[in-house]
Amino acid sequence: MRAKTIDRIATYVLTGIAVLIIAVLVGLLGFILTNGWHKLTFDFITSPPDLLKAGGGVGPQLFNSLYLLVLTMLISLPLGLGAGIYMAEYAPNNRITQSIRLCIEVLSSLPSIVVGLFGLLVFVTMTGWGYSLMSGALALTVFNLPLLVRISEDAIRNVPKSQKEASFALGISKWRTVVTVLLPAALPGIVTGAILASGRVFGEAAALLFTAGMSSPDLIFHDFNLDSPTSPLNPFRPAETLAVHIWKVNTEGLTPDARDVADGAAAILVLAVLLFNLGARWFGTWLFKKMTSVTR
Amino acid sequence: MNRQGSDGMTMIEKNVGRQQHRLARDKSYLQSKLLKPNKKQSLENFFGKAIAMSCAALLLIAVISIIYFIASKGLSTFFVNQVSIVDFLTGLKWDPEGEPALFGAFSFILGSFLVTVLAALVAAPLGIGAAIFMNEIYPTFGKKFVKPVIELLVGIPSVVYGYVGLTVLVPFIRERFEVLGFSLLAGGLVLALMILPTITSVATDAIEAVPQDMRNAARALGATRWQTIWHVVLHGALPGCLTAIVLGMARAFGEALAVQMVIGNTSKLPESIFDPISTLTSAITLNMGNTIQGTAYNNALWSLALLLLLMSLFFIMILRILGRKKLDNR
Repeated sequence: MRAKTIDRIATYVLTGIAVLIIAVLVGLLGFILTNGWHKLTFDFITSPPDLLKAGGGVGPQLFNSLYLLVLTMLISLPLGLGAGIYMAEYAPNNRITQSIRLCIEVLSSLPSIVVGLFGLLVFVTMTGWGYSLMSGALALTVFNLPLLVRISEDAIRNVPKSQKEASFALGISKWRTVVTVLLPAALPGIVTGAILASGRVFGEAAALLFTAGMSSPDLIFHDFNLDSPTSPLNPFRPAETLAVHIWKVNTEGLTPDARDVADGAAAILVLAVLLFNLGARWFGTWLFKKMTSVTR
Repeated sequence: MNRQGSDGMTMIEKNVGRQQHRLARDKSYLQSKLLKPNKKQSLENFFGKAIAMSCAALLLIAVISIIYFIASKGLSTFFVNQVSIVDFLTGLKWDPEGEPALFGAFSFILGSFLVTVLAALVAAPLGIGAAIFMNEIYPTFGKKFVKPVIELLVGIPSVVYGYVGLTVLVPFIRERFEVLGFSLLAGGLVLALMILPTITSVATDAIEAVPQDMRNAARALGATRWQTIWHVVLHGALPGCLTAIVLGMARAFGEALAVQMVIGNTSKLPESIFDPISTLTSAITLNMGNTIQGTAYNNALWSLALLLLLMSLFFIMILRILGRKKLDNR
């Protein structure tokens, strides 16, 4: 065959691949959203699930997912930011720094089920908390931390060096420079990354099966007593999240309308991920414009 | 106007004297301030660095304790329950509740490897093809449509992939090939879709990093676009593309719920691609909740987890070697 014919065939094949990928995604999103759309009523989103009868909702699960996300971010964001600052500004080029980098790599490629088992051993059994939101949040922190460290390190490294030097020239100490000059400048990048990481946390299930548990107590939403086992805000109660719920109704199969519930829950999850994704882009650019007055 | 003070000085003289005194005081104050280190700031500096450092140290602690705890639980199968390591790795029968209990995990190990390889075989050509398309063939369309699509695919939770596999792929295979449907094929395809974005984005970076000059040189010699891609671009991006595939395989190997939902979970060895199988991850997810901690059965599950951990460390080792190659090439 002539080279030109091969070239043309290759172009067609590669274009076909790209079109195929787009078609698969559109098909996937379309399938999930059209199937789940009719389930997205106020009643479904707020009412508790029903194990044996049809017509249950996912109210507590949705709340658990959001609350767990907030808890996880409260724990992992400061830690990730601190480690990111260290890696970007303080870390000397030596063996310890290299081993920390290796640890970040190891943590980010650990299977999430292994993180979940580690959580089961340490945060559930050893602490004596049992299956609880707190154990789940800590396990998710292990799973989320490497990503956040990378995000904040990159964002801080990307701040122009001249800004740092200007701050040093004014006699401002290193820590002050980090907090008052570098962090604000790096904020848009960190926020965008953190929102994207939230999307990942929101959909995570394998690490939560054995840490946050596969059941949710009957929540009483006007109970604000943190000690009460039925209070939605109690961080030491078991909590099944939306992603875990999808898995559970499909594998245990006691609920007669499992397909419907899973359809609705999947649609909520995918919508949330889309929201996080678009929100991160939009908010990141907005913040960048607001804080730097640079027009891109 | 010229009022006299009691000590015989005018108001003006008094004021000047006062100001001189103040200036002198300020000067000595400034001098001492400039010469002495600022205690508050140096304390702040010290504590700031200490806090940042302890956050970074936490990463080290986390990894070490994960390896320690999983290993101590996982090894107790062999040291406390006296199961032979060779039997565990090569044994074909998994019957932990039988008499005598048998812990042959070979079918799980085989299953994990088979789905991973199948997923990589499907996803690698697609992913690298999409990466080439985005960089070499139609950059404007690629960057505008394919890239965001890939980014969205990354974000979709794995249970959703598993659920779609369960409701679309499994019935499709069941009707098309008249088999059970829950199969190695379904697991491989679901995983392929999941690792596709990973492979594409890493391969895109690798292809972008190939210097433009090399492409221009090839085109100047009369090479067609495909010849340039095949002989020059892909050649230069090879370590990066391999990295992409290994990263994808690492992700596929450790994925739990999506696979578990579609592969059928039997500990029998598969005879064809349409047979149900089990993987390390699916065995753990299904049984960990039903076994009592400390029993041999439970410990055997921890041994499976240890295998997973070791495999993920092994993948990282390969990635490091590939990364070094990339540096050597430059």
